Amino acid sequence: MDPIVIVGSGLAGYGLARELRKLDREQPLAVVTADDGSAYSKPNLSNALAAGRTPQQLVNASAEAMAQQLGAAIRTHARVDTIDVPGRRLLLAGGGLRYSRLVLALGADPVRLPLGGAAAHEVLSVNDLADYTRLRGKLEGARRVAILGAGLIGCEFANDFAASGHAVDVIDIAPQPLGRLLPAEAGLAMREALSRAGVRWHLGRTVEAVEYAAAGLEIRFAGGERIGADVVVSAVGLRPRTQLAQSAGLAVNRGIVVDRSLETSAPGVYALGDCAEVEGHVLPFVMPIMHAARALAATLAGRPQRVSYPAMPVVVKTPALPTVVCPPAPDRGGAWTVTGDAQSLAARFLDADGAMLGFALTGGECGKRQAWTREMPPLLV
Amino acid sequence: MKVWQCIVCGFVYDEAKGLPEEGIAAGTRWEDIPADWSCPDCGVAKADFEMAEVAAVV
Repeated sequence: MDPIVIVGSGLAGYGLARELRKLDREQPLAVVTADDGSAYSKPNLSNALAAGRTPQQLVNASAEAMAQQLGAAIRTHARVDTIDVPGRRLLLAGGGLRYSRLVLALGADPVRLPLGGAAAHEVLSVNDLADYTRLRGKLEGARRVAILGAGLIGCEFANDFAASGHAVDVIDIAPQPLGRLLPAEAGLAMREALSRAGVRWHLGRTVEAVEYAAAGLEIRFAGGERIGADVVVSAVGLRPRTQLAQSAGLAVNRGIVVDRSLETSAPGVYALGDCAEVEGHVLPFVMPIMHAARALAATLAGRPQRVSYPAMPVVVKTPALPTVVCPPAPDRGGAWTVTGDAQSLAARFLDADGAMLGFALTGGECGKRQAWTREMPPLLV
Repeated sequence: MKVWQCIVCGFVYDEAKGLPEEGIAAGTRWEDIPADWSCPDCGVAKADFEMAEVAAVV
């Protein structure tokens, strides 16, 4: 019997494998991964430095340990070239791999800004443990760190690096940090809290180029101003990995298009995690991945289950200002109502009838998370 | 008192602090949390938690 094959060993791939094994120890299972197959928690990458954890300490289990724990064959350092959909097999270096069912847990690629300058290639993106290990190597002995992007990951990195004694500059074209998630008052509170932690902001600014300087690197803004940096990190967003699916003829939009069973346009081929688009939702966060993993595990174990999403708050891991946000769906009309002061804000996004469609909590108000989540409508019933 | 960490998302459960907003009192030991409890950040089951390296003793 051909195995169920999962492509990808991130939280989605291993999360699914773990959930499947809770339901079914019998079906043969294989995981194909482009990296070394270490199991680690990606959210920890943006708070490991101040916690004093080395990249190696972030590994929960090696590929060998995962293979044993999951009763699965794990092929590491293996990139899939093509999916032969009618033949139900993957083509990869070293031959083919037949599957009974295929799951794409490919993740997403970091978005790269089009930057000029001789040192543009020195800009680091951190999308996996190998990238992060490289970053930590560069941070050794480096004082000045510039971060491109004031979103979730940009703010978490800024807090982590500043708390570890680095001089941190954060640059974004938006006028406030976390502009796509938070109401203006909470964005301002985040800005002030990270300023107190030592972060310098360059908001409403566009980076044109990264050049080599006499010492380290130099960032040049549109308009000509320059700042120095020893390390430049880019955190400007993620783009679902769709190329493999597209070249195999699967339906692709922003992500790999799947239905509520997480099945792609090809029967027997599924997708979940950062690469997947579920009824228009592309949600690169842990909680939706875990909901999808549980539903798909049941389906693969022979008990078909559709994924449903409750309201899923996102934690912004910035110790300078703990923050939880449950963003309203982009197409929903409404307005924010904010109470509290900068250290402790509670914001509700209300529609015209006064129904809560989203919320944001900071500091001491974060304890309202569970109660407010229960008041929220589910994302996908 | 011990500290536990979710292996999926990194959420930390500190027995000394508990989770008062979820009705788990400060000082509640890990083994006394119901088996059907799940991580508030990512929803993984209690069984998928792991002991964190930091384990303070009162």
